[in-house]
Amino acid sequence: MYARSLGGKTRVLGAGGAANKRLRGVGFMLGQSVARIGVVASLAMATAMAVVLAAPAQAKTLKWASQGDLNSADQYMRNQTLSLSIMSHVYEGLIRRDPKTLAIEPALAERWEIAEPTRWRFYLRKGVKFHDGRPFTADDVVFSAQRALGKGSDLKGRLPANVVVKKVDDYTVDFITEKPNPILHYEWTTWGIYSKGWAIDNKATEVADPSKGDAPNAATTQANGTGPFKLVSREADVKTVFAVNNDWWGKDKYKHNVTEVIFRPITSAPTRVAALLSGEIDFMEPVPVQDIDRINKNKGTKVVTAPETRIVFFGFDHEHKELLHSSVKGKNPFKDVRVRQAFLQAIDIEAIKTKVMRNLALPSAMMVAKGFEGWDVAFKRLPHNPEAAKKLLADAGYPNGFEVQLDCPNDRYVNDEAICQAVVGMLQRAGVKINLVTKTNTVLFGEYQKFETSFYMLGWAPGSYDSWNPLEFLHRSVPVDKDGKSKPGGTFNYGRYGNPKVDALIDQIGQETDKKKRDQLLHDAWKTTIDDVAYIPLHQQMIAWGSRDSIAKLEPHAGNELLWYHVMMK
Amino acid sequence: MIAYIVERLFQSLLVLVAVALIAFAVFQYVGDPIASMVGPDTTAADIARMRENLGLDKPVVVQFARFIGNVLSGKFGVSLRTVKPVEELIAERLPATLELSGMAALFALAFAIPLGVLTGLKPNHWASRVFMAVSLVGISLPTFLIGILLILLFGVVLGWLPTFGRGDVVKIGFWTTGLLTVSGWQSIILPAITLGLFQLTLIMRLVRSEMLEVLRTDYIKFARARGLTNRAINFGHALKNTLIPVITITGLQLGSIIAFAIITETVFQWPGMGLLFLQAVQFADIPVMSTYLLLIALLFVGINLVVDLLYYLVDPRLRADRGAMERGV
Repeated sequence: MYARSLGGKTRVLGAGGAANKRLRGVGFMLGQSVARIGVVASLAMATAMAVVLAAPAQAKTLKWASQGDLNSADQYMRNQTLSLSIMSHVYEGLIRRDPKTLAIEPALAERWEIAEPTRWRFYLRKGVKFHDGRPFTADDVVFSAQRALGKGSDLKGRLPANVVVKKVDDYTVDFITEKPNPILHYEWTTWGIYSKGWAIDNKATEVADPSKGDAPNAATTQANGTGPFKLVSREADVKTVFAVNNDWWGKDKYKHNVTEVIFRPITSAPTRVAALLSGEIDFMEPVPVQDIDRINKNKGTKVVTAPETRIVFFGFDHEHKELLHSSVKGKNPFKDVRVRQAFLQAIDIEAIKTKVMRNLALPSAMMVAKGFEGWDVAFKRLPHNPEAAKKLLADAGYPNGFEVQLDCPNDRYVNDEAICQAVVGMLQRAGVKINLVTKTNTVLFGEYQKFETSFYMLGWAPGSYDSWNPLEFLHRSVPVDKDGKSKPGGTFNYGRYGNPKVDALIDQIGQETDKKKRDQLLHDAWKTTIDDVAYIPLHQQMIAWGSRDSIAKLEPHAGNELLWYHVMMK
Repeated sequence: MIAYIVERLFQSLLVLVAVALIAFAVFQYVGDPIASMVGPDTTAADIARMRENLGLDKPVVVQFARFIGNVLSGKFGVSLRTVKPVEELIAERLPATLELSGMAALFALAFAIPLGVLTGLKPNHWASRVFMAVSLVGISLPTFLIGILLILLFGVVLGWLPTFGRGDVVKIGFWTTGLLTVSGWQSIILPAITLGLFQLTLIMRLVRSEMLEVLRTDYIKFARARGLTNRAINFGHALKNTLIPVITITGLQLGSIIAFAIITETVFQWPGMGLLFLQAVQFADIPVMSTYLLLIALLFVGINLVVDLLYYLVDPRLRADRGAMERGV
């Protein structure tokens, strides 16, 4: 019964799409051919084109699966990639990014300028309508800012603290910040604009907070954005259905032919692979490394890989006077930069890439991915050299090495546990005995937060595609309370690396609006932290997407988002 | 009689409280729900606020008391992962699990009894030997492997059945059923076989050994001497007498089918309570985990209570003993 009613809806939408395409075809052909061959010929051709264009515009359903479900239809509830990415098709931001180059493109804002260092002015797109027909205006932007900064929202970081969002007129909004902020809008792809009127009518002006035991509100199960797709129905952990928005302002710019999207979570990886092979779904991610060959060999399916922006790395305890988990008593060997460098040079990154990751990794010398602002090809990784590592350890006073515990998640990153096992052997050759402890990430990251680890693995993927975020969250020194103890929370600098010079640079980077000067500051900051061997970056893991030949074209996305408005189905 | 029931109920209550307490103690090691709930730029103040809201800053005993208090007042909390009231979430998932468990039990019984009778009557027949050998596989292979093998064979290679999910469902009041649609029936076949296979082999072996036992008894010999047909002897007399332990075991196994549907549901992405529980564990979703465990404990306690009460009704010796005790003999 359910399926039938849905099918009916799809057909209606398909017909609308046909009519739209026909109109577009005429307009396009007219413009081009007046200059070339003449009006009569072009009209004839345009009509022919329109017929051709109209014919294939039938229902195209994109069925895809991921390992988890989106947590809520409310985009502001969880700052989590899958939820944000799926709901960004419904709730659009003021900007969006090109999936390939990651360059910022206008979305709900047509253009913007920095009027004063602390005042940004955004000019909004006119004539945009929400899915329920309400017009999009500056009031909605002001309201969405309040909502994102308000109670229960997990997107507070999208806007700087104490920002004032002011409506200038119906289509102009000012963002007034306390300090200059060069990257104000960098993460706004995933800060979607809500309709003020809709939120008020549906009593969803605030985000429901499950930690307070709030009951869900209308926005947790329904959605009303301006985006290319509308939320049709949602059954948590079963399926979520979207239909194309034929009135989308961007449909001429972003060519796609998807009329319906069915998203389903499939937790178990072998089942996900089987569903792709059997043709029940058109797309799925992530593909387990060991199944890539199989999917590629199977007729009609293939795996698309591209480097992901996440950097997987090792961190050290820079702070404790005596390591919590080590044979060295009375002092902390990781306070000595020679020891940290010895660890870095003991690790054979090429072996990890080829043997453990089966070439599905891009080794990195930096704590940011290629393509980020601040990434620089000039930074090279110190070469793998066990002899040099041994010598460095001896110079530091550990000619016979020492023992230390390595904490490693076993369910968070691609082959995380296997990487750590390989590293145990590599460090052994330099004389360091590693006690490897692997745990599920929910447990382990809780221990990290309490600063209880000596040597650990973590990954980091900033949504801003800019260096400031990893500098601020991984490299800024951790404030101490009046007893001199580090205050946990709000930071991911679990090893409490600290360098006053870097702190000062981070402050400047956060405020410098001149691109050239900022680039220099970024370079200085990375140079200092790399010389300090603050962390051991390993690699960018590859995203592995499995797709069927029912999909003619899709854009791999460095942020691991499948953007439906870039998909062409056969 | 009343005293007996009250005593059993009181014991059941103790079991439930014990389960809840143990569950709460274990949750301390499942992980930190806050870590799953926050994103990379959640502020320290927000994290502290959430911790306080959830009561995670309090000692385990206080958290436990708070949970029991809430349960007694009918509040099971809101799922941290899906942001839905837990009772609503479980009510939504219960039909899927019950339908799957029911079908698995039916499948197990439908094959186990005839096969058990066959292998019992003709223990040396080649077919019996084959069934016995195959049944070893059913007992020894882990459930997830059986599930994946079935998916590969019937879903991928042959393409006959869906590889995951529950198909289209129809809503009847609060109950959603997949048994009224074609895709629903197609979807339930593989998970039901996966879940029921272990029970099938267990019951088949039980029926077989009971049959072998019963066929040796005197009344069967006398029946044969009287010249009754084989059919009447085997099914009318022998099978009937084997069924008493079979029914007991099947009843008890039904509880474990429901409780252990976790793996099958995960392999087939079956939207039941088991999958819900597994995802709750991964997320450290404490309200869902605690309610689920309590519900399963209630299920087992309930089944045991019913069995105990049935014994009381069926077995007069139990009543006599109690009467004797009460008289002080």
